Amino acid sequence: MTAQDAIDRGTQAPPLRDFLDGARLCLPVIVSSAPFGILFGALAVDNGFSVFDATLMSATVFAGASQMVGLELFGQKVAPWLIILSIFAVNFRHVLYSASLGRRIGAWPKWQQAVGFFFLTDPQYAESEKRAEAGREVGFIWYLGLALPLYLCWVIEAALGASFGKLIPDPHALGLDFLLPIYFLGMVMDFRHRPLWGPIVLTSGVASMLAFVFVGSPWHVGLGALAGIALAAVVAPVKPQPPEEGGR
Amino acid sequence: MAMPLLGTILLAALATYLTRIGGHLVLSRYDTLHPRVEAALNAVPAAVLTTLVAPAMLNAGPAEFAALGVSALVALRGGMMSLFLAGAATLIVLRQFVG
Repeated sequence: MTAQDAIDRGTQAPPLRDFLDGARLCLPVIVSSAPFGILFGALAVDNGFSVFDATLMSATVFAGASQMVGLELFGQKVAPWLIILSIFAVNFRHVLYSASLGRRIGAWPKWQQAVGFFFLTDPQYAESEKRAEAGREVGFIWYLGLALPLYLCWVIEAALGASFGKLIPDPHALGLDFLLPIYFLGMVMDFRHRPLWGPIVLTSGVASMLAFVFVGSPWHVGLGALAGIALAAVVAPVKPQPPEEGGR
Repeated sequence: MAMPLLGTILLAALATYLTRIGGHLVLSRYDTLHPRVEAALNAVPAAVLTTLVAPAMLNAGPAEFAALGVSALVALRGGMMSLFLAGAATLIVLRQFVG
């Protein structure tokens, strides 16, 4: 730490400034996630959710991709435990964020940590890491400034989308029933720079189709996912490699 | 249905919270992860999400296939938003003709 850093830290920024500092960073995230927040609400109604259910899910789960997975499986009448397990699996990446963020916020009081981890989304993690790597303090107020506006918008969008979704006369013509597969394809493509992406997608894709035809509907998710994950574990180079091409 | 939707949502929320706090509580006790465990963890999102796309192709018609194809191509250059809009537009337009 340089002398200047010490001075910067000494002059404590007022809480409001800290909060607004964080809030400014989440603006682009709010804009780019808004269509999906509204879409979630609309599709939720299309898949048998009430406006209350949709809003509650956005307020308590607060993880877009996994919420869409929940809708899709609920619409397919999949058993509740399998829906919960699938949402857990899609959100499992948070475990890695959580372990990493824990080093940055370990000095917060316990209740603040408990609150902080609730809001741990992909952009929340990315911005916190950036700030920490720049040598700046990841404080609770700054963290909330980053998290709360996004959270509030996300909840409101679900309520709006669900309210409007009920008014759509012909969901099929608007393609509502097939928007989720397109969305999931986009998510799959998003991970394409990870090691072994191609073989994993191919394996999970073929395995899930086979399971869908020969075993039956709910099982294609678990069996297909397991096939790809097992492949990754088996093929992974176990000896330490020179420059690691890490995930995101 | 055995469990009301409300219970499913709340348990899903709990499961999600566990992933968000669990890494700090559990994973941070270990200095390094076994490479196979790390590779498996890295594979989870793509593997799970693929299972939600692939079976949808089994019952897909021309409009649906075209939408997925256009989306995949756009994904190579653009972000999530452009891909999604391109795919949805393809789907809606083609469904006017082929139902």
